[in-house]
Amino acid sequence: MTDYKNLKLIATSSPHIRGSETTQGIMKDVIIAMLPALAFACFNFGLRALTMTAVSVAGCIFFEWLYRKLMKKHQSVQDLSAVVTGMLLAFVSPVQIPYWMILIGDAFAIIIVKQLFGGIGKNFVNPALAGRAVLLASYAGSMTSWVDPAVNKAALFGSNVDIVTAATPLSYMKGTDPAALAESFGNLTGTYSVGQMFLGQIGGSLGEVSALMLIIGGVYLIWRKVINWQTPAAYIGTVAVLTFLFPKAGSSLDWMLYSIFGGGLMLGAFFMATDYATSPVTKKGQLIFGVGCGLFTVLIRYFGSYNEGVCYSIMVMNLFVPFIDKYTKPVRFGVVKSDKKEGAAK
Amino acid sequence: MNIGKQLKEGLLTQNPVLVQMLGLCSTMAITTSIMNGLGMGVSVLIILTAANVVISAIRKIVPDKIRIAMFIVVIAGFVTCVDLLLQAFFESIAASLGVFIPLIVVNCIILGRAESFSYKNGVGASFFDGIFQGLGYTLVLLAMCFIRELLGAGTLAGFRIIPEQFPIGILTLPVGGFLVLGFLIAAMQWALSKSKEGK
Repeated sequence: MTDYKNLKLIATSSPHIRGSETTQGIMKDVIIAMLPALAFACFNFGLRALTMTAVSVAGCIFFEWLYRKLMKKHQSVQDLSAVVTGMLLAFVSPVQIPYWMILIGDAFAIIIVKQLFGGIGKNFVNPALAGRAVLLASYAGSMTSWVDPAVNKAALFGSNVDIVTAATPLSYMKGTDPAALAESFGNLTGTYSVGQMFLGQIGGSLGEVSALMLIIGGVYLIWRKVINWQTPAAYIGTVAVLTFLFPKAGSSLDWMLYSIFGGGLMLGAFFMATDYATSPVTKKGQLIFGVGCGLFTVLIRYFGSYNEGVCYSIMVMNLFVPFIDKYTKPVRFGVVKSDKKEGAAK
Repeated sequence: MNIGKQLKEGLLTQNPVLVQMLGLCSTMAITTSIMNGLGMGVSVLIILTAANVVISAIRKIVPDKIRIAMFIVVIAGFVTCVDLLLQAFFESIAASLGVFIPLIVVNCIILGRAESFSYKNGVGASFFDGIFQGLGYTLVLLAMCFIRELLGAGTLAGFRIIPEQFPIGILTLPVGGFLVLGFLIAAMQWALSKSKEGK
């Protein structure tokens, strides 16, 4: 018999229906999605890609643990978000930078950008990108010299001096003088075929080189419903349309393909721009966000002083997220337009 | 007149930069090397003390309505003196501080102390207020310079401490200025709240 007299009505606020996803589960999916790119990085740059990623992940976990310990807050290392940050920061750095350098980036990303603002979900820009921006501003030389994947991979473990550095595809696509640009773009298309660009047998940051592997990871994330297709599609689509319409050299199609397969566009679009804390909530907002990222990327690549604009474009759009969210707020269920106007008039 | 209390206020509880948040512009701009910080800090200390004394001395004959204009005239006079003296005797410091020495005229610390302290207090108290507030400002500048020059450039007063490839260059950029200042303000607030709890 139910004891009706002592039965209490427990009133709690919504949500009453809870999904089974956890932060840890989502982060696990993201890590799985990054593994193909990591595997390709090992194939392309040798084992140092793996050790670099491992050091970066260990650094992020350590700094997250340390901050939480020192500030006497509950430990949040087990949600795996620090692992993702560590992997991403390694992915956007050149493979041959010294280990201490990536640890400085880790410390900045985790302590200053993430934890000082309240930890997971409260950071206003992507921690890994902020870490990269700090490294780029502090160690411009190391952060912009890229290893030629054709050199002996074992040499990467040794001293840095005998490494052959190579220009990235994007640096062939930079310039203001049309004749010189046409020539260097011709060199690029001569050196690397579109297939090589797509596979990733090119110079560049550790995890950004292989468009194919990143697309595999991205499709996995979309299939697992970890990310929506809106942001990456809008981002890559905008860059593709703009570079197709306004090629600076060569044929429109060539220029477009080399633009979207070179540099960190795929990595940024699938793994950085889709970070929950720093991207809009609504699908409409995510479309706007992606278009904005694409626009800024092309503007920086065309008119800025850097070859690559993915990092800064995503960081700039991160700052617009509160506004995008504000103006794409869906209408409340049951509210019709005339009601809304009346409400505004009052 | 309570010199001990004034000293504590100037350095800690009413520190011009970390608690009153005055003079942040110059704090951010020039704290990239110890020598700059020392030059700027001492200049402000001298100007602040002299201006405090003069404003306190003439406070009874200055009409209320034009007092701000009077403050600026007095401050500008001392700033001009210090600017010329620096150019004459410390040419390198004058060159590296550049426009920030003339800009002391509009430094909020000096105008703020004139308005809130020396216009209402006697000459003696104003003199010590100038010295202690100036000291508080100088110490914060030196702390920021120390952190930014050591970690950002790897040197201290021009001597190399950390080998060239290691320093975190971003700390010498404006971003680093905001970061270091933020950390110092946070540390100060934390220390002040701790000492309040203790009481």
